Amino acid sequence: MLRRLLISTLELVAVLFLVSLGVFLLLSLVPGDPAVALLGEGRTPQEYEAMREQLGLNQPLLSRYGDWLGGVLTGDLGTSLVPPQTEVLDRILSALPVSLELAVLGLVMALVIALPLAMWSAYHQGGRADRVISAATFGLLSMPSFLLGIVLIAVLVNALGIFPRNEWVRLGDGIGGNLQHAFLPALTIALMEAAMFTRILRNDLVTTLNEDYILAARARGMSPLRIMVSDALRPSSFSLVTILGLSIGRLVGSTVIVEYLFALPGMGKLVIDAANQGNYPVVQGAVLVIALIYVASNRLIDGSYGYLDPRTRRARA
Amino acid sequence: MTAPTTPLLVVDDLRTVFHTARGAVRAVDGVSFTVARGETLGLVGESGSGKSVLGRTVMGLIATGATTTVTGSVLLDGQDVHGLSRGRRRRLWGPEVAMVFQDPMTSLNPVKRVGTHLTETLRRHLDCSRAEARDRAVDLLRQVGIPEPARRLRQYPHELSGGMRQRVVIAIALACDPRLLIADEPTTALDVTVQQQILDLLGSLVEERSMAMVLVSHDLGAVAGRTDRVQVMYAGRTVESGRTRDVFAAPRHPYTEALLASIPQLDAPPHTVLRAIEGTPPDMARPPAGCRFAPRCAVRHDDCAGAMPALVPLSMPLSVGSPAASYDREVACHHPTTSAAFAAPGGPDGR
Amino acid sequence: MLAPDTRAAHPRRTLLLTGLPLLVAGLALAGWAFTTEVVVTIVRMLLLAAGVLAAIAGLGKVAHAVCGRAVDVVLWLGIGWLTFILGAAILAPWLPLGNHDDAVAGLTAPIFAQPGDGYLLGTNNYGLDVFSRAIHGARTSILVALLAVLIGTTVGGLVGMVSGFVRGTTDRLVGIVSNSLLAVPPLILLIALGTVLDPSVRSIAFALSLLTIPSMVRLARANTITVAEREFVLAARALGASRMRLLRREILPNVVLPVLSLAVVMISVLIVAEASLSFLGIGIQPPQPTWGNMIAEGQGGVMEEHPYIVVVPSVCLFLTVFSFNLLGEKAQARWDTRSAKL
Repeated sequence: MLRRLLISTLELVAVLFLVSLGVFLLLSLVPGDPAVALLGEGRTPQEYEAMREQLGLNQPLLSRYGDWLGGVLTGDLGTSLVPPQTEVLDRILSALPVSLELAVLGLVMALVIALPLAMWSAYHQGGRADRVISAATFGLLSMPSFLLGIVLIAVLVNALGIFPRNEWVRLGDGIGGNLQHAFLPALTIALMEAAMFTRILRNDLVTTLNEDYILAARARGMSPLRIMVSDALRPSSFSLVTILGLSIGRLVGSTVIVEYLFALPGMGKLVIDAANQGNYPVVQGAVLVIALIYVASNRLIDGSYGYLDPRTRRARA
Repeated sequence: MTAPTTPLLVVDDLRTVFHTARGAVRAVDGVSFTVARGETLGLVGESGSGKSVLGRTVMGLIATGATTTVTGSVLLDGQDVHGLSRGRRRRLWGPEVAMVFQDPMTSLNPVKRVGTHLTETLRRHLDCSRAEARDRAVDLLRQVGIPEPARRLRQYPHELSGGMRQRVVIAIALACDPRLLIADEPTTALDVTVQQQILDLLGSLVEERSMAMVLVSHDLGAVAGRTDRVQVMYAGRTVESGRTRDVFAAPRHPYTEALLASIPQLDAPPHTVLRAIEGTPPDMARPPAGCRFAPRCAVRHDDCAGAMPALVPLSMPLSVGSPAASYDREVACHHPTTSAAFAAPGGPDGR
Repeated sequence: MLAPDTRAAHPRRTLLLTGLPLLVAGLALAGWAFTTEVVVTIVRMLLLAAGVLAAIAGLGKVAHAVCGRAVDVVLWLGIGWLTFILGAAILAPWLPLGNHDDAVAGLTAPIFAQPGDGYLLGTNNYGLDVFSRAIHGARTSILVALLAVLIGTTVGGLVGMVSGFVRGTTDRLVGIVSNSLLAVPPLILLIALGTVLDPSVRSIAFALSLLTIPSMVRLARANTITVAEREFVLAARALGASRMRLLRREILPNVVLPVLSLAVVMISVLIVAEASLSFLGIGIQPPQPTWGNMIAEGQGGVMEEHPYIVVVPSVCLFLTVFSFNLLGEKAQARWDTRSAKL
């Protein structure tokens, strides 16, 4: 048991290592000279050379990687190339809460939408409600997230003027304002994820509902709602947890696009702007942080299987 | 029996039809019987005879819905089961009638503790507190012969052996003291050695509580010594019914006869050829006209495929000292077997 | 899905009686909603959607009456749309379409022309014909996605198969590399790559193929492991078959079908990914049209004034992805039931 944990941790470290190396290498191939990008055109070659020295660009690739990695492990992710030349870590720490809040809010809203829909669909399997919901979710899944965002904006912001756009109120500055600005972006994310969750959970519930023990529970006189909640959801929750795990990757992508659409100061905007400017320290640091969070949440998901299915727990004595 | 009491269960011309893509499948096609209080009825038939569907329809688990049509009536202690609303029907399940399912591995929720199965039923129907429910659960487990009942409460189904799981299932069925127990092939999924134990357990519990029981099985041996009366089913209909020992001693329907003859006899000489029934049961989406057993019947006559034989009472000589009511022997055959092997009048009665 | 209702038998006459009026009314409503100026855009869109849905339902009933059994109208409509758009995309260079990317020629053309007068679906800010751009955009988007799926399926499938067959250290290594690719969320990976690569069809296709490879590796590997443990492979081995032969004759045929089913599903995923990239400005650059960057033209207030700029590529994108998803779902239901969870 301990050995397995050790091996899996080693594999985890190997993965993170490879990711960081890959990101670093990738961004070393950026066309164009960062020195030129920083100082602007029209300087003397010596000035560019001096800047390159300063940035450490003349060192061999591997030693640059080593320096960077060393910095990462001590919490120094480098400095942004583009003014304001703040620490990369600071920029990330400032942008991360926005994205996290958006993602969490989106997920929660998705669950709130998906659970009742899936239960209703599964209970009325084959009926009209089931088919309509199935068609609707299928349609939603065929829509790119930015398209859904545009539609929502067109309807709710421009036509009906209910929600604001292009602003963000930080959580610390007032929950009311924050939620008002977060609602629409989170809804966009939520609708996409809810479509996926509803389909998967519904299929899982249908399979579970066909099991003998559900019939046996009915034969004991349990009410349908009670059966659904207490007998059907737990065994079905594996798929949901797996999909929650898989959706984190998609979630990050959706968050990026939604932040761009609604011009919110989150990680997505940070990375896109930095990518467009060739600001590679920021891109490196941000991608590393995102990868870390992603890998960590996947481990968490795997760990939760033990709780949900007692059969996978180690039998005692 | 002194004065005749109203039967606990009266089933009249029950039909269950499933609407599938292949067409209408008539799983139960006109079955009638009664079960008196404290009586055990055996429902015998091969796979596809409709006996399981019958059991579930009687209980009301299968009812008219989007893809099913149920006609006929089921009167449980005077109440029309299928006339009740879904909610009222649900309230019957547990306190009035309970079911024991075939496979205890799949009829227990794998992520729920054994105790929870019991206590949730108790608390729902009997409205007792958590502590009371727990005590009753321990007591129930003890009654079905499970050692260390308090410890078992906290275990999960996969931690118990097959026989113990089935005991738990029986305990759950008995939890609210139902008056009728429907046991749907309760031993089929168990080891042979355990089967006897479970059947014995059922028998003793039924007797202690004066419960009525419908024992559904394809295993004639399970039914033989443990039921008062038996109904033999084929292709959704009853082909023979009567007191178990009479039917088994002198079957009148060719199917019953063939069934009994196909049981390997321990005292037969070695290398005796097993007598199987030729052919297969009919497709219930397109049943044949006339007698449904005719294609496979060894003593088929020309008029058998013409008209469906009705279930008619057989006229039999009364045995001395037995009330006429106990001889409700019926057969659905155009040419029932005439056999000389009757129990001689004046012989000892009782089981 | 909007699967046909197989529950109870409907007599022919009622089907026609309910189907035909529904179809006609639906089409009428949709047509009116499309052309009218009376009601505001939102209501028009809703009515249009309702009309289309009613028409489809009506068509389904009519088809049921005519063919005698329930017909999956939506699937056929999807196939029809795909045939149209793929055909148009392939034949685009030879079709009499307007100017789709020549910005210079566009200078002399009217900008933001309304659909109808001279231009089938109007022109955009640079005087380029929207209809023509939609068709050429189909060409680019689908071409990129197909190329990426091709690369990803071949590479991923082969690597997965070999990895699942030989197991051991190779398998472990492949697993680590695969997990590394998966450790970075797809869009972030694309953005990072987009920073580095030049926005040509080839590079975008390469970047997108990186998205496909891990899933293909995983699927091919899982299927290979299952098949390799089966007895007919063992039997072939016992007869002295070489590993290459085993891979080619026994394993490959069993792995190909689920992998291809996933490929169909991935096509629509990649079309969406490419559109997202172009929308963000990191993918194919204008004036070369792709549905993503056409939708991006609607940003900054343009959409409210000239909705068709956004509506045309959006509808094309949606219908194409929808149809591919439908096909993919059917393919998975047939050949890869284990993954067919959606």
